[in-house]
Amino acid sequence: MDKKEIQKRNEAYNRYVKARLPKTKAWPSLFNSFWVGGVICCIGQGINDLILLWFPSIAEQSAWALTLITLILIASFLTGIGVYDKIGKFAGGGSIVPITGFSNSITSPALEFKHEGVIYGICVKMFTIAGPVIVSGVVASVVVGIIYLFI
Amino acid sequence: MSKKQTVIFRSKPVITGSFSIVGPKEGKGNFGAYFDKVIEDDAFGEKSYEKAEKKMIESAIEGAVKNAKLKPEDIGLLLSGDLLNQIISSSYAARNFDISFLGLFGACSTMAESLAIGASMIEAKLFENVVCATGSHFSTAERQFRFPLELGNQRPPTSQWTVTGAGATVLSKQGKGPRITMATFGKVVDWGVNDVNDMGAAMAPSAMDTMLAHFRDTGTTPDDYDLIATGDLGKLGSEILIDLMEEQGIKLGLNYNDCGQMYFARNQNTLSGGSGCGCSATVLNSFIIEKLRRGDLRRVLFMPTGALMSTTASQQGETIPGVCHAIVLESDAEVKHQRVIVAQPTKFGTKNVGNEKQETEKITTTTTTSTDKPTRAKANKKE
Repeated sequence: MDKKEIQKRNEAYNRYVKARLPKTKAWPSLFNSFWVGGVICCIGQGINDLILLWFPSIAEQSAWALTLITLILIASFLTGIGVYDKIGKFAGGGSIVPITGFSNSITSPALEFKHEGVIYGICVKMFTIAGPVIVSGVVASVVVGIIYLFI
Repeated sequence: MSKKQTVIFRSKPVITGSFSIVGPKEGKGNFGAYFDKVIEDDAFGEKSYEKAEKKMIESAIEGAVKNAKLKPEDIGLLLSGDLLNQIISSSYAARNFDISFLGLFGACSTMAESLAIGASMIEAKLFENVVCATGSHFSTAERQFRFPLELGNQRPPTSQWTVTGAGATVLSKQGKGPRITMATFGKVVDWGVNDVNDMGAAMAPSAMDTMLAHFRDTGTTPDDYDLIATGDLGKLGSEILIDLMEEQGIKLGLNYNDCGQMYFARNQNTLSGGSGCGCSATVLNSFIIEKLRRGDLRRVLFMPTGALMSTTASQQGETIPGVCHAIVLESDAEVKHQRVIVAQPTKFGTKNVGNEKQETEKITTTTTTSTDKPTRAKANKKE
């Protein structure tokens, strides 16, 4: 077979495989991710309200920061005891998109690579999944900052 | 005519010992009752999963040698491989044995690759006894090829579950047990699939290629085998293989199945089925060899497939090449009893006169080859 024929065969095969792929049921997964994500957000709002209620002297903005820190802590803890991956398996995007998913994506590689040592294991591998998110966040903030400078 | 890929072993190397060891999840799977050892803790009392995988391969080799009633000194060569970078599990396990070692990499096809090479070595009269081993671990494979265990992501429906387990087989020049009569060495086949979550589709063409070569070289058909078992194509992959073979004019019937597809129970949430070196290795060394020893299966075509990919190559946009090696195993057990199938008259078949009479049909299974008998008698005398 020459190259063209091989390419033709491969394309046909890939088309055939694509048609055979089992489809994920969109509506049930959307529903699960919607309500789990919603519950996580409600918990966050609840924490925020409680902080403002218990410590009235705290400014609203610092209360937000404290809320995020609390959520990150809870998610890290749940990752550590092996619960968050089960939530994630069930809810998909619903538990990945909120900040708890970000916390999970940093804690899980840190846990996974602890046998390779603190520096080469935990510190190096910690950002393997969250790294791209952080990089795009930083780059975006620089771009926005430059635009802000000129308006 | 294309060149032959199949070798026929005249000396028919014997499988004298086998051992399988699996993790807790695998122990609850469909083959649970057949495994030699099920470990309760998937870290196997070790600090890391890599060490656990090494220890599993080690215990599989030890167990198989013991089962063959041999000592490590009697073994001439150890052939082993696994999925990890630089095949560390195998080579680190081998350092504890006083046996010459050849490391192999055939991804999930390693079991057949090692058996085919081992049988060739015995056929060439280079060694008396050879151990072939391989293993894999879910947690080490996940970390190397996919994501951390605790990451809360969803797996696509085509993804497979790497089997935690190891299997080892002792091949000997003489002895009692199932025999390896043929081996087909596969070519690397790549049909341009690049989805790392769909290994079945990537490997199915290689299985087809080897199967066609095997049938062409030996003149056999699927009906000549009691069981044709691929390694870890999974649900989707094995369906694709059936389609591909049908296109080539060969129908795979009820005697075809896939070890990965059979491995786990339906409620175990493994999506497309089991995969990994350990998948085909543990099924072969427990279920298939046991059935061959008892004579329930007379002739088996065992053909695990391997996806020869690495994360680096995939990230650079490479497609996934697959390879598949096949071996033929034949039982040497004598038929102990005749299987009698009695056709019962149906409850509602009153109108049909023929149904009132009991029809008795005797099905007699015959030994596959007559040449088996003298060698068996010799082996018996020796004992």
